[in-house]
Amino acid sequence: MALLEIKNLVKSFGGLKAVNDVTFHVEEGEIFGLIGPNGSGKTTTFNCINNYFPITSGDIFFKGKSIKGLKTYKVCHLGIGRTFQIVKPLARMTVLENVTASAFCRVNTIGQAQKEALEVLEFTNLTDKKDKQAKSLPIAGRKRLEIARALATKPELLLLDETAAGLNPGELDEAIELVKKIRDNGITILIIEHIMKVIMTISDRIHAINFGQTIAAGTPEEVANNPAVIEAYLGGELC
Amino acid sequence: MDVFLQTLVAGILIGGIYCLIGIGMSLIMGVMGIINLAHGQLMMVAMYITFVLSAYMHVDPYFSLIVAMPALFLLGCFLQKYLLNPLMKVESILPENQVLMTVGIGMVLAEIARFIFSSDYKCVKTPYGGSAFFIGNISLNVPMCIAFIFAVVITVALFWFLAKTDTGRSIRATAQDKEAATLMGVNSTRITIITFGMGSALVASAGSLLIPIYYLFPDIGGPFTLKAFVICILGGLGSTVGAIFGGLTLGIAESLGATYIGMGYKDMVGFLIFVLVLVFLPGGLVGIKRLIKS
Amino acid sequence: MTKKNLTLIILGVVLLAFPLIVRSDYYQHLVILAFIWVVIGSSWNLLAGYTGQVSFGHAMFFGVGAYTAGILVTKLGISAWWGMAFGGILAMLIGLFVGWVCFRLRGPYFALATLAGGEIFRLIATNWESLTEGMVGILIIQTFRSKLPYYYLALLLAFACVYVIHLIMKSKWGYYFVSIREDQDAAESLGINTTLYKNVSLMVSAFFTGMAGAFYMNYMAFIDPEVVFSLHYISIMAILVGIVGGVGTIMGPAVGAFVMVGVQETFRSAFFGLAPKWISQGHAMAFGLLVIFAIMFLANGIVGDWSKIKRHVFRIKTSST
Repeated sequence: MALLEIKNLVKSFGGLKAVNDVTFHVEEGEIFGLIGPNGSGKTTTFNCINNYFPITSGDIFFKGKSIKGLKTYKVCHLGIGRTFQIVKPLARMTVLENVTASAFCRVNTIGQAQKEALEVLEFTNLTDKKDKQAKSLPIAGRKRLEIARALATKPELLLLDETAAGLNPGELDEAIELVKKIRDNGITILIIEHIMKVIMTISDRIHAINFGQTIAAGTPEEVANNPAVIEAYLGGELC
Repeated sequence: MDVFLQTLVAGILIGGIYCLIGIGMSLIMGVMGIINLAHGQLMMVAMYITFVLSAYMHVDPYFSLIVAMPALFLLGCFLQKYLLNPLMKVESILPENQVLMTVGIGMVLAEIARFIFSSDYKCVKTPYGGSAFFIGNISLNVPMCIAFIFAVVITVALFWFLAKTDTGRSIRATAQDKEAATLMGVNSTRITIITFGMGSALVASAGSLLIPIYYLFPDIGGPFTLKAFVICILGGLGSTVGAIFGGLTLGIAESLGATYIGMGYKDMVGFLIFVLVLVFLPGGLVGIKRLIKS
Repeated sequence: MTKKNLTLIILGVVLLAFPLIVRSDYYQHLVILAFIWVVIGSSWNLLAGYTGQVSFGHAMFFGVGAYTAGILVTKLGISAWWGMAFGGILAMLIGLFVGWVCFRLRGPYFALATLAGGEIFRLIATNWESLTEGMVGILIIQTFRSKLPYYYLALLLAFACVYVIHLIMKSKWGYYFVSIREDQDAAESLGINTTLYKNVSLMVSAFFTGMAGAFYMNYMAFIDPEVVFSLHYISIMAILVGIVGGVGTIMGPAVGAFVMVGVQETFRSAFFGLAPKWISQGHAMAFGLLVIFAIMFLANGIVGDWSKIKRHVFRIKTSST
């Protein structure tokens, strides 16, 4: 049984179908890449998974159970963590407080929450910034904080929304390392990414969409060589 | 039946003035995303301007519209430019500090009025003040009819302005998506200033039109601020078309309430509608339309 | 840390000893009022400053608490002190209803609903004469002649309120409240039931404000709708106490309460009789100007902007010498 199954997902805004009949599944333990040009419906798919807004039709299963219509915070409690493409730090809280607030998802006392938060900060290499206000972090730090916060909720599935966007090459490598490290800890990852270097090197399988519809699916090589993908998205870049 | 029709007509007539109040509030809400809690107090200022013109210079209240509206437009622009816009740069924990600012502005305006005019009730006597004409058995109060006609004309002019002029289009664009409008070259700071000015001018017109019908005192603003946001909630927050429905509905409901429940509960009717709308129809009357569409 | 503890201990001793040293009823009365405002301001701050849900109608909860205490005496003939419990609970339930209606919605609904709520209850208290005596108000007999018992009760209430809020802010609830204030969408995706926790914050806030209202009834022994449901002198004052003292800080509203009661009294008494009488009429004007001033220049209040204030004062001192 797949960890996450998206079946015939449709989401329309008024007349526009942002996601149109998308079907895929994510196996436990893999890194699954979701790619597509700007506005192709990737982030909308994420927003559907954690029910940011109700889906129009189709269904979403997590560990075999439908999570359609489940409140966003409940989706998190079930074990799906997510980061935001446009980072949403809790600006006037320190880095440690940000992560502690998320750790309360699984524990109830401040002592435990703080202990777990510190562990996550250590894991994500943010320990030295723990007392800084979240708003004072540079973009790379904020992206990392997004991941740290999501990890503190102890997810089984992590949805990463363009964690590498806006990073310089050095930071990029660190981000790739971090994603791999998370997977090695037994957390399944569904990742949206624009930067081909990142998505091609880390993904086990890739699903490409355009205009809300599936155009290709398979291993990175298969997808990269798929004419529809090259046509729609990659242009001549990989030829 | 006559009583009912009479009540209905009175409600519609006063509803016309409420429309002006509500549209002004809606414009500000749409563009700035804030509720202007000094709205009634701005109307109060316009009413005192009309009162002074009429009591000391014998200018007809309707004629004083051409003084009161521009005056309040300038006052509104001033408030937005020097008190509200600077707040965007102030880093504050409270998300609603602009709204709080309007509360402060409202209090100061009311107190200035009290300082100058004392707390006494004032009213303006016009030759046509008490006159009425009849259609069938229904009496129509002349100043209320005139006010209604003015209200319709001003509303139509406003909608023409919003639809046809560059500034009007910029206002609508800003209301729809501030960031996008700014990217398209709309000077959003200028637009907020103009919008607050226009909202003030609209409520000023309502004030001048109310003068022959209503009495006047410094605290008259508060209840009208409350009415203004009841109208906006009724119509759907930030919708100018909704505000028209909201204004008429509130006018009719108040009128019915006063006739059939009792004068003391007239204000309660508005609030009752407010609570009901919040509970059952959070999108307001515009929400119904959307509901039917989808 | 020890310096902070020392300050708190000294403060405690001063407050405990105050009525024994200053025997004037007038000054004791002012401090009692300030204690009541500490409770209202801190409650408002929990909701607005920490949770980010600005209430424009805390008079609603205050008045309900006060009227509950009063009606217990006039209708049921039991002590108004029961109002401290029942008034708080009733205010809490009303808060729950307001929250249930508003927190489902996004937009300025909560601000509008609280503003309207205060007015609705004022109208009810004015018009439902068989229950509330209408405009005549409710008059009861004070339990104590001396101000001393009221002083210590008010001190206890203020301390309890501030301390409970302090504890809340160090717990899961506190972290959740601030997360909701900072970013509701992020909070929701981190597993926080934002609607629930906004309601929790509102209920705690309403409960303490209701208790303050009930205490006010016991202490003043007279209430009418215009006083306890007043938009300017309760709802706006609560906001001012929070802003002037410092929103989102524990001690801010406490400081704000003393400052604002001071300001209020200074104007009411026309600068203690030193200024011409008409100054006392400028009371509301001063409030309005203070709102504008505080928002523009003191956005984080005396406590929040303390370092800024110190710097300014310091600079003025050095430049003058």
